[in-house]
Amino acid sequence: MTSQRDDSPALGTAHAIDATGLTRRFGSFTAVDNITFHVMPGEVFGFLGANGAGKTTAMRMLIGLLEPSAGQATVAGYSVATQSELIRRNIGYMSQRFSLYDDLTVRENIELYGGIYGLTDDEIAGRQDALLERLGLSAQRRTLVKSLPLGWKQQLAFSVALLHRPRIVFLDEPTGGVDPVTRRRFWEMIYETAATGTAVLVTTHYLDEAEYCDRLSIMVDGRIAAMGAPDDVKREAGVATLDELFLRLARPGTAA
Amino acid sequence: MSAPSAFRGFLVKEVRHILRDWQTLLVLMGMPLAQVLLFGYAVRSDVRNINLAIVEPQPDAATASLRARFEGSSGTYRFVGTFANVAQLESRFKDGTVRQAVVLPMRFAERLDRGERVQVQVITDGADPNSGGIMESDALAVLRRWDAARGGARPALRIDVAARMRFNPTLESVNLFVPGLIAFVLTIVSAMMTAITIVREKELGTMEMLLVSPLRPRQVVIGKVAPYVLLGFLDVVIVLTAAQLVFHVPFRGSVTLLLAESVLFIVTSLSMGIVISTNASSQRVAMMAAIAMTMLPTLLLSGFIFPIAALPWPLQALSNVVPARWFIVIVRGIMLKGAGFADLWHETLILAGITAFLLTVGVRRLAVRLG
Repeated sequence: MTSQRDDSPALGTAHAIDATGLTRRFGSFTAVDNITFHVMPGEVFGFLGANGAGKTTAMRMLIGLLEPSAGQATVAGYSVATQSELIRRNIGYMSQRFSLYDDLTVRENIELYGGIYGLTDDEIAGRQDALLERLGLSAQRRTLVKSLPLGWKQQLAFSVALLHRPRIVFLDEPTGGVDPVTRRRFWEMIYETAATGTAVLVTTHYLDEAEYCDRLSIMVDGRIAAMGAPDDVKREAGVATLDELFLRLARPGTAA
Repeated sequence: MSAPSAFRGFLVKEVRHILRDWQTLLVLMGMPLAQVLLFGYAVRSDVRNINLAIVEPQPDAATASLRARFEGSSGTYRFVGTFANVAQLESRFKDGTVRQAVVLPMRFAERLDRGERVQVQVITDGADPNSGGIMESDALAVLRRWDAARGGARPALRIDVAARMRFNPTLESVNLFVPGLIAFVLTIVSAMMTAITIVREKELGTMEMLLVSPLRPRQVVIGKVAPYVLLGFLDVVIVLTAAQLVFHVPFRGSVTLLLAESVLFIVTSLSMGIVISTNASSQRVAMMAAIAMTMLPTLLLSGFIFPIAALPWPLQALSNVVPARWFIVIVRGIMLKGAGFADLWHETLILAGITAFLLTVGVRRLAVRLG
């Protein structure tokens, strides 16, 4: 793999993400409670948990939308607390709402993102052509995004979030509301991305998707209740499916 | 700091949003024109063509002379007729065929000749206090002029007005409306549209994407509001041009100064929009908040419609923090009195102070909210 990314050195760590004791409190409520984990380059890391378990809050701290109350983290080797500017250049982000502008065309959306991330016009043009061809959207470049089917919109949003070739891409429940075939296709795109060395951190509450991750962490009440490769996690807990494990962790009182 | 091209790309996107939503754009550009015409003609027609009746139980030379005086005020009065007593007017007042009546006493000429003080009554349809106040003062002016022209040694008429209105009529013409109208239009374009456009990004989830990008929150805010400075400026030009061409509103002061003050007020308004956007969770909330916090004060507490001096003191005190109040004083000063910056620096300073405060609070809150 040739590196066309920002060539700043990763400072003192080979990890794409490194979090130690990361904590976020809202008043007396602790949304994320002292979590420690790392993500390797090229790894697909899943954040699993029920709604309100703290996975989105944890992600927001890593991408600089929230300040940690305690603990520290580095993303792409840069400190979340002091180097958020540098982090922003090296990450991509896609939320469940896709972050595309409905009243702009496919091309205008791509140009906007490219411009925001400081790509030159030539770079934008070249990457745009490649991207549209890969998605089979070349004929739609002048179409308003609002008239695209949901699945295409989602794939476009993901590709656009990768336009500046970030070292890490954050996906916040990226597959909400789409059909199983489209979800399957989306995960293929995630694998293709990881294969180029990009780390992928994805939050989800679909347990079948968790099986696709290289490693995952299950969050319960702001803490990491289990972490590791899906098979290891299941074996350690002595359960046959993630479903079983998830229910046991989420509702310990009713565990068998 | 992100590249300048990043900001330029963002600005292009904002302009595209605005141009693509051409219906909203049409409203924003057409509204000021419609309002100038509405306010201008509404105010004019009310004080013109007043259906006037004269009650003269005993016609003589003096009543004829006074009647001629009213009839001679071309355009202001439409003379309905003379009546023997007030009772005959009751139903005509009710259906609007008579809106004002001048009631003269018996032996009018004879008593005036003897130098007696004579009582004349003016009855005015006060259902609409604005036009009522204007009609009342107009009629009094005609009576006084007639009395003075009669050449008596001293004013002989003691004028007694039947419908007393506490309302202070300052709205004699469209001239006074134009400055308030500019403030009102700018409040809508700058404050409301700014609040809505920022909250829309929050609602759509695209704001997060922008804040995760290398763009700084400050750049996002500036990029979002900059096009509305231009739109607001165009609206000022539209209002002034229409007022000038259609209503020949006087323009005695410096155009440059007026436009510069307008830009200041545009920035004031969009600062209010930014402050509102930090508290609003949806576009609908943003719109309601903009109406309650900016449009209503601009309409009611700025001197636009109700003179500040006529407000009870708590509202007078409150009006000091309404930016439109100061802006309207400035615009009226420049347009109607030909005032220069030397006369208006005080108001300008206050407006600039309010703007600096709002802008600081707004941008800081937005950055905290988002960042």
